[in-house]
Amino acid sequence: MTARIGVVTFPGTLDDRDTQRAVRVAGAEAVPLWHRDKDLKQVDAVVLPGGFSYGDYLRAGAISRFSPLMETVIEQAKGGMPVLGICNGFQVLTETHLLPGAMLRNNHLHFVCRDQKLRVETDNTAWTSDYTAGQEISVPLKNIDGRYVADERTLDMLEAEGRVAFRYLDLNPNGSLRDIAGISNAAGNVVGLMPHPEHAVEPLVGTGRTDGLGFFTSILKNLLKGAHA
Amino acid sequence: MTLDTVKHAAETPESEQPWKELGLKQDEYERIREILDRRPTGAELAMYSVMWSEHCSYKSSKVHLKQFGEKAPENDALLVGIGENAGVVDVGQGYAVTFKVESHNHPSYIEPYQGAATGVGGIVRDILAMGARPVAVMDPLRFGAADHPDTKRVLPGVVAGIGGYGNCLGLPNIGGEVVFDPCYQGNPLVNALCVGVMKHEDIHLAKASGTGNKVILYGARTGGDGIGGVSVLASETFDSTGPSRRPAVQVGDPFQEKLLIECTLEIFREDLVAGIQDLGGAGLSCATSELASAGSGGMRVELDTVPLRDATLSPEEILMSESQERMCAVVEPGNVDRFLEICEKWDVIATVIGEVTEGERLEIFWHGEQIVDVPPRSVAHEGPTYHRPYARPEWQDALQADDAGKLARPANADELREQILKLVASPNQASKAWVTDQYDRFVQGNTILAQPEDSGMVRIDEETNLGVAVSTDGNGRYAKLDPYTGAQLALAESYRNVAASGAKPLAVSDCLNFGSPEDPGVMWQFAEATRGLADACQALGTPVTGGNVSLYNQTGETAIHPTPVVAVLGVIDDVTRRTPIAFAEEGQLLYLLGDTREEFGGSAWSQVVHEHLGGLPPQVDLDREKLLAEILISGSRDGMIDAAHDLSDGGVVQAVVESCLRGGHGARLVVPDGLDAFTFLLSESAGRAVVAVPRSEELRFTDMCGARGLPATRIGVVDGSGADAVVEVQGEFGIPLSELRTAHEETVPGLLA
Repeated sequence: MTARIGVVTFPGTLDDRDTQRAVRVAGAEAVPLWHRDKDLKQVDAVVLPGGFSYGDYLRAGAISRFSPLMETVIEQAKGGMPVLGICNGFQVLTETHLLPGAMLRNNHLHFVCRDQKLRVETDNTAWTSDYTAGQEISVPLKNIDGRYVADERTLDMLEAEGRVAFRYLDLNPNGSLRDIAGISNAAGNVVGLMPHPEHAVEPLVGTGRTDGLGFFTSILKNLLKGAHA
Repeated sequence: MTLDTVKHAAETPESEQPWKELGLKQDEYERIREILDRRPTGAELAMYSVMWSEHCSYKSSKVHLKQFGEKAPENDALLVGIGENAGVVDVGQGYAVTFKVESHNHPSYIEPYQGAATGVGGIVRDILAMGARPVAVMDPLRFGAADHPDTKRVLPGVVAGIGGYGNCLGLPNIGGEVVFDPCYQGNPLVNALCVGVMKHEDIHLAKASGTGNKVILYGARTGGDGIGGVSVLASETFDSTGPSRRPAVQVGDPFQEKLLIECTLEIFREDLVAGIQDLGGAGLSCATSELASAGSGGMRVELDTVPLRDATLSPEEILMSESQERMCAVVEPGNVDRFLEICEKWDVIATVIGEVTEGERLEIFWHGEQIVDVPPRSVAHEGPTYHRPYARPEWQDALQADDAGKLARPANADELREQILKLVASPNQASKAWVTDQYDRFVQGNTILAQPEDSGMVRIDEETNLGVAVSTDGNGRYAKLDPYTGAQLALAESYRNVAASGAKPLAVSDCLNFGSPEDPGVMWQFAEATRGLADACQALGTPVTGGNVSLYNQTGETAIHPTPVVAVLGVIDDVTRRTPIAFAEEGQLLYLLGDTREEFGGSAWSQVVHEHLGGLPPQVDLDREKLLAEILISGSRDGMIDAAHDLSDGGVVQAVVESCLRGGHGARLVVPDGLDAFTFLLSESAGRAVVAVPRSEELRFTDMCGARGLPATRIGVVDGSGADAVVEVQGEFGIPLSELRTAHEETVPGLLA
């Protein structure tokens, strides 16, 4: 038996099928979840994929956060269920306050799509344990509302508690404060980031690297470990 | 105002009608009266005016476009040809691929963001309507001079519109073109291409058959945007003194389109539609008349049931509105409930607006009163046909006599070096990453190659690694010098690009961008270009499957360069064998394939260094193109070549520089015997490519070329990396890769950021 990882589709979600593939490539079972359902179909973890949910016409993630499914996700995440938010999913997680801070329009005001170098700052989360802290990886980045902001006190707290999970290297592509690309909650079960690890799981496609696969192998190992414990 | 019903029209034959304001000519209006045997109602007039517009009826171009069918090569791969929303090609393993390129030129000049955005939306719906999941887009774009102030208004708007709309749909943007030329100053060309994939059995056609079947309009509500877009905007020349045309441009909502895509695909999966058509140019007028015309039987529509964004719209306006993100389906009564249920799941509004009837008429009612009663074929398929006069322009001979061979060439190696740096930094030859980095090229997780590769390539089957490649190319400068040859060169380049990536070219879609058909000189260009393209498609065995004609691309009396843009679709059985452009390994040998002649007419060098356009474009040899493609495909499949780059504008030096920059390595080049350095580096002879061959494969590769009769000349080696990398031409000059990178990559951001 392998782990069941749910992948949520909101109206306007784009990377759901890619994320399901990444889950499968890592060896887990991908379970599609629909925003209107309250039922999580007994999944062991949930990924909120990228896209423009509800068109992001208000604030990115602001409407999805109120979907029936998210009510259950919020509740379960607080109880320790692992949740990963990628790009729009990260934006949704900040809207739910499972993660602190917010995302603003990129400082250069353009959509940007590039191969982005990151440093994994912590291997102490459910989604990064297969990396080593300080490891440098490259994964695609693509967004227009990717500038991470929070007040100084929150930023200091994140740094002090080791919750800055990823930092942009070489180039800060959007003006994010302290080069922050992703963060985690205090318990380490909820992680959000703007770059797209699910686009870097096969050597053939995208940038040709598999640096993103570690997210999905991390969670799989952690879930299987938990199941055997 | 009283409703202009069919009955009222019959009773008031002498009523004045605004046919002229709607873009109809006197004789066209007379013909409508003949067809109906009375004057048309206001609603009928609205329908005929949009459907008989140049944009929808191809009235000036169709006598020439016929050749694409008449000269179509035997091709077993063609499943659906010209005439449907898009052509469909068999790519094996039960898969079919549909693709098409279209223009959205005029709206994009007036309102760059929305014009370009809705261009993407329109072509995506065309592909969707065939039954396919859209899998990639690309955008061939042409703008005025790079340093002209208006380019700074138009280009960023167009790019943001393509990105803003396309990125929201989850379709990777895998290629395209960005070209600058003063001839496009008041008339940018914004062409958009989409590729879709389906299984053979999922192909859907636009026809309404089966009496009693329901007609369902679904998607966005109908608003007042885009009224008369095709007739007023796309079919007439701009006059800068006229009133603002902005209300004729549609406004897009990509979120709605994304829902429409997923909803439609789910409807297809359950096999719930008998016929389907997207709503684009000419809106409901087009969808209802085309569906009814292509099917058996008639159609009855209750127009007042159409959901509106603006309750004050008149029936004429509803029929003409080009509001985006709408589709029209014909559904058997038993499937209607399930159809509506799926729409509800996706929050898509769906309304039964009518049904297929027994008769042969398209009848439209407004609150119970009949306002349209027409034979649908007369609206959709039997519009006017013009045999416009055409004549070779008087200036053509003088232009061709102004030979680029007479231009001053660099006097020494230093001057050659300087001109090459200027070339790779020139806006047309410089990196377009500033543009393409605003598009998502990774979404869907199947992108194998994307810009700046020779072609865009996506995997379509994860198990077998089957993939498709697409390239679009066009060169208005060549076509201006000789439209027949120019169109063939566009096809040859696109074909070569697909083959250079390792894929086998299969089929063609074209977007023919020209000036006013009322100018006999422009009409001659059009006639020559279509003849050239049809002949070349026949010779290469790649049929035209569909496309689009965009006329009236001119400002006042000045037309753009004739600009046929040609898209070639190819198939690759195993995408792991694809060939990138990057020189990735030191020590690999560089071979130049094909013959290099002194050909500089229309070249990038003549433009950049001398601002010259004259002489003849490079010769075309289609047998040679075929042979070159076969060698490139074999070389890729059998692991004999690790990189390949087609040669086109900018010649050998441009290709080598791009491949070096992409791979992060330098190269040492040797001028081959019988050529001077200038001709070797900068000639634009067609039918050529540069390839990187691993040393272990050299003998096998050269033997293959020798046996097949393709000239293969060793021109150098991949050499050096990092800070020390240099592109060196032995005995002439060397340029550090870092200097080339700066020249190549900083131009476009410098102009536009």
